[in-house]
Amino acid sequence: MTIAVYVPCDTTALSLGANAVARRLDYAAAKRSLDVRIVRNGSRGMFWLEPLVEIETPQGRVAYGPVEPEDVDGLIEAGLFEGRQDHPLSLGLTEELPYLRNQQRLTFSRIGITDPVSLEDYTALRGFEGLQNALAGDAQAIIDNVKASGLRGRGGAAFPTAIKWQTVHDQPPGQKFIVCNADEGDSGTFADRLVMECDPYLLIEGMVIAGLAVGATQGYIYLRSEYPIAHAILDEAIARARTAGYLGENLLGSGKAFDLEVRLGAGAYICGEETSLLESLEGKRGLVRAKPPLPAIEGLFGRPTVVNNVLSLAAVPYILDHGGQAYADYGMGKSRGTLALQLAGNVERGGLVELAFGVTLRELMENFGGGTQSGRPLKAVQVGGPLGAYLPESQWDSPIDYEGFAAFGGVVGHGGVVMFDDSVDMGDQARFAMEFCSIESCGKCTPCRIGAVRGVEVIDRIRSGERAEENLVLLADLCETMVDGSLCAMGGMTPFPVQSVMKHFPDDLIPRQAEGGR
Amino acid sequence: MPHASPQTADAWTPAQIQTVVDEHRSMPGAMLPTLHAIQDRFGHIPEAAVPIIAEALRHTRADVHGIISFYHHFRTQPPGHSVVQVCRAEACQARGSRQLENHVKAVLGVDYHHTTSDGEITLEPVYCLGNCACGPTIRVNDDIHGRMTAAKFDRLAEQLTATVVEVK
Repeated sequence: MTIAVYVPCDTTALSLGANAVARRLDYAAAKRSLDVRIVRNGSRGMFWLEPLVEIETPQGRVAYGPVEPEDVDGLIEAGLFEGRQDHPLSLGLTEELPYLRNQQRLTFSRIGITDPVSLEDYTALRGFEGLQNALAGDAQAIIDNVKASGLRGRGGAAFPTAIKWQTVHDQPPGQKFIVCNADEGDSGTFADRLVMECDPYLLIEGMVIAGLAVGATQGYIYLRSEYPIAHAILDEAIARARTAGYLGENLLGSGKAFDLEVRLGAGAYICGEETSLLESLEGKRGLVRAKPPLPAIEGLFGRPTVVNNVLSLAAVPYILDHGGQAYADYGMGKSRGTLALQLAGNVERGGLVELAFGVTLRELMENFGGGTQSGRPLKAVQVGGPLGAYLPESQWDSPIDYEGFAAFGGVVGHGGVVMFDDSVDMGDQARFAMEFCSIESCGKCTPCRIGAVRGVEVIDRIRSGERAEENLVLLADLCETMVDGSLCAMGGMTPFPVQSVMKHFPDDLIPRQAEGGR
Repeated sequence: MPHASPQTADAWTPAQIQTVVDEHRSMPGAMLPTLHAIQDRFGHIPEAAVPIIAEALRHTRADVHGIISFYHHFRTQPPGHSVVQVCRAEACQARGSRQLENHVKAVLGVDYHHTTSDGEITLEPVYCLGNCACGPTIRVNDDIHGRMTAAKFDRLAEQLTATVVEVK
């Protein structure tokens, strides 16, 4: 009987030697004349265990990890191919690992289980069921279903997805576009990448459904150039989907059309802002556009355009398959459904944690994350990417939902949670926020373009003890100007991490030697 | 044509550039795909490509120059044999990337956006490679390496240099 061995092929697993592990396994199996089939699956999103090798057994898959290439021979001696659990790297049944068992995986139900580009694997686990339902009804029914789900934009802005779709739907017939924002530039986030690398048909299905809902026949995935593996996997999946009739002129024989292609960004963080992204897709500098007009009315090439984040689109197949209410049953308040939280930075057990809105940061970081990787006390957490505030311990007990976080100046954003231990210098972090903005600002509006450069200078003066008190007042003033006067979130939110350091970690900003002189 | 050294592998002629441009010019929003294709093929976007692109895509040369210079990914000078990118973003900072970047710069003897004097390695910063639970992370050409340490980087740098010697 063929033994199925799973070795993930996502960026994180590869970055930790998964290819070498797969080669060793292959070689070892051949040497023993064993009938072994090595499947390159997606990652389960338990990154501290990568490369996570799994073996199919009658009881389910059993896991071993993290497996280094040198571990392979020992694992085999200890009965890896029989699924024996005698080796120190043995983890038991994968599905029983608390990290996985305690999640609510709606969007990420398939990752790590399937071969990402296998259509058979995808359809065996309810893949394209949502599309079948969408094709069976009319466009308005799709939008109503998404409306019932309460889905809000998962890129960070949390705008109701159905309202955006309705606006595009209601525009006069003509060329319309679905644009997927896959410019996942926020540090601490990798959920978009996991969708694209581990379950690419999910995104394709979501985009086709969006196209049917609004009457668009062409889609673009604007993918960051920093994701070469996602690029290769997406291209392969799109080609196979087209051959199988899930894309093209005649979707599954329905007579309806939708096609899509991947377009690569070129290393500009600002192109994650939707209007800048559209400029870039049109072939221009990624300068932010003033709104209105909304992209839903005048978007790509001046045509009505849905711009959705990967995770928003990836939530849609579940909604169309199980009904909007099934999705809305998860969550709290106005934040319905699940959120893909991403544990990153100085964390013992980093990875993807999909949960209904409402979990607290502390539960997340302790129960799932297991504290810091260094073992030192946790000092600050940056949630929501480089434009999110640094949260001190007093803010770790608020349930995570959009409104709740906004109430204390926090940002849920794209769900990235970057943990820092007590060795971090928060003054460095405040300075970096301004420095990052100065590197990545598109330059269109003055508060962002000039403000970020002045921000770095003022912080440097404060930290060197040069009239620290006066310069702190200046920095506060500069932050306000950027928040109030910037055209988009880049300049408008860059001050959030800075202000949070000023408020919660002021001692890190002002050097000790300067304190005496004040 | 056999390539005696990687410098000639990056060689280009205006006719070759024209061919690449012509392959992409009919795409909607052809500019970025065109620039990517040129850089993928020739390692950089030579200055002589600018008027060819401008003519084909109905832009001014200033526009084309402005677009190339806007995006960090595009380069107008040939890089070294390998491009090493060090992630400078927050999640990697939380796992020691500030110390790692100092080490990398010291070992290679260059700052960001520069190439080692032997032409082997071009060093670039990058802001997130999406490997944020297993940093610090670096990218060498299209390969991503996680949990990078100073010692691991030294071995990697040695390999990069050694491979090139074999090719020669």
